[in-house]
Amino acid sequence: MNGPRNIDEFQSFGPVRETLDPAVTADADWSRHLFRAENRKGVVVEWWRHVPSNYFFLAERDLVSNEIIRTFDASQRSGQS
Amino acid sequence: MPLRLLKYGLSRDYPASEDIPATPELKPSYDVVIIGGGGHGLSCAHHLAKYHGITSVAVLEKGYLAGGNTARNTTTIRSNYITPQGIAFYKEGVALFETLSQELDFNVMFSQRGQLTLAHSEATLRSFHSRAEMGKHLGTRTEVVDQKTVEDLVPSLNMDYGGALEILGGLWHADGGTARHDAVAWGYAAQASRRGVEIHQRTEVQGFEIVGDRVEAVKTNRGRIACGQVLIATGGMNYDVALMAGVELPIRCYPLQAMVTQPLKPWLNTLVSSVSLHTYLVQSSRGEVVIGGGSDPYQLYSTRSTLDMKEHLAEGAVHLFPFLQGVRLLRQWAGITDMTPDYSPIMGASPLDNLWLDCGWGTWGFKATPVAGKRMAETIASGRVPDILKPFALERFETFQLLNEMGATAASH
Repeated sequence: MNGPRNIDEFQSFGPVRETLDPAVTADADWSRHLFRAENRKGVVVEWWRHVPSNYFFLAERDLVSNEIIRTFDASQRSGQS
Repeated sequence: MPLRLLKYGLSRDYPASEDIPATPELKPSYDVVIIGGGGHGLSCAHHLAKYHGITSVAVLEKGYLAGGNTARNTTTIRSNYITPQGIAFYKEGVALFETLSQELDFNVMFSQRGQLTLAHSEATLRSFHSRAEMGKHLGTRTEVVDQKTVEDLVPSLNMDYGGALEILGGLWHADGGTARHDAVAWGYAAQASRRGVEIHQRTEVQGFEIVGDRVEAVKTNRGRIACGQVLIATGGMNYDVALMAGVELPIRCYPLQAMVTQPLKPWLNTLVSSVSLHTYLVQSSRGEVVIGGGSDPYQLYSTRSTLDMKEHLAEGAVHLFPFLQGVRLLRQWAGITDMTPDYSPIMGASPLDNLWLDCGWGTWGFKATPVAGKRMAETIASGRVPDILKPFALERFETFQLLNEMGATAASH
């Protein structure tokens, strides 16, 4: 990890979406996958990039308070495919 | 003369006019419940009452009248969009603004002084040609202008000849303008309440009673209301409110920040936008320079301001007009924008029979206040979506018929 840095060094890539299997996914599920990102008030898991080092990582952030609860490497993502 | 004025002013008979009545008691039911007491909801209420004879209408507002995005936008009115469906719709919106003060018997200070969008690259100029041709085809005043014309339109502009951000030309939209945002909302509210519409401030929707495919009642902090038809027009809260009815909209919420400078003598006669600098400026009738740009770069339900966005907007403004460097900022604020994937709104039917949507207004809602209200009132009164609104249906995301307006502003895109 990079330690505490200024927010303007980071770029948001939006909430994590599950990868779909094109062989079995119906059109309605594709539409949902493409156009409906997580937007509920509460904590979301998002992709972020530290721009100077081009390091992509995950962050849990509260969409109301903007508090970043934790950041972690994509390899530490557990219990999800 | 002064004595007569004093006598008139102190007289008990002086008819102090009350534009917007105090919030009345809630009735157990209304024909139409409009959720959201901003410009769009009030415009819809006005059109229902005046043109469709529907006056059993309650407008529910969680906070105070027009205190959300109606109060927070930067009042741009224009129709220089990209898609024919978008241009046709916003063109009707501009036309309604042209007669709005007469319609409402209330001065909304519509000022049709034109909008100039600047191109700092050949690629931008090419995209302007496409927008201009589509605009002309649909009867709007939109044209590509050269450097000389840009200089004539805005003599104080830094053309940056030979520089990295040299202005190569512009998109001149003579139909563009501004209006007083509060006046638009107050005018609609006054007209609607005069015809019997009830405006309930500090009335928060907390849920819906849904039976089958219908909303039977709206649950609020002041009690339950049975309803014939329901409209959601709650700006930044659209996703949240629709979710209470089980409808998940393709919306992501981002803050949008803006700011104004101290008042200056009139010097800027047009609206000026720069696509490359993500900055636009307009001088208000009070002389303040209103400066806006794109939404924040990540989702958030907050109206906080940030220093980095203010610096970014100031940098763009000072580049275009270097003499602004010593000018002080007076106010800053933000609104929550409900952004759709294709930068077009969602208007029309929802999956529920009597729940209607006027959502997804993102950063582009103010200019559509009259036309969205008019057309949504027509939809609710007749139960049928008029042709002009059909392209904006929620179903377009299921059928992959998106209406791409990304790049139609100087904002985030």
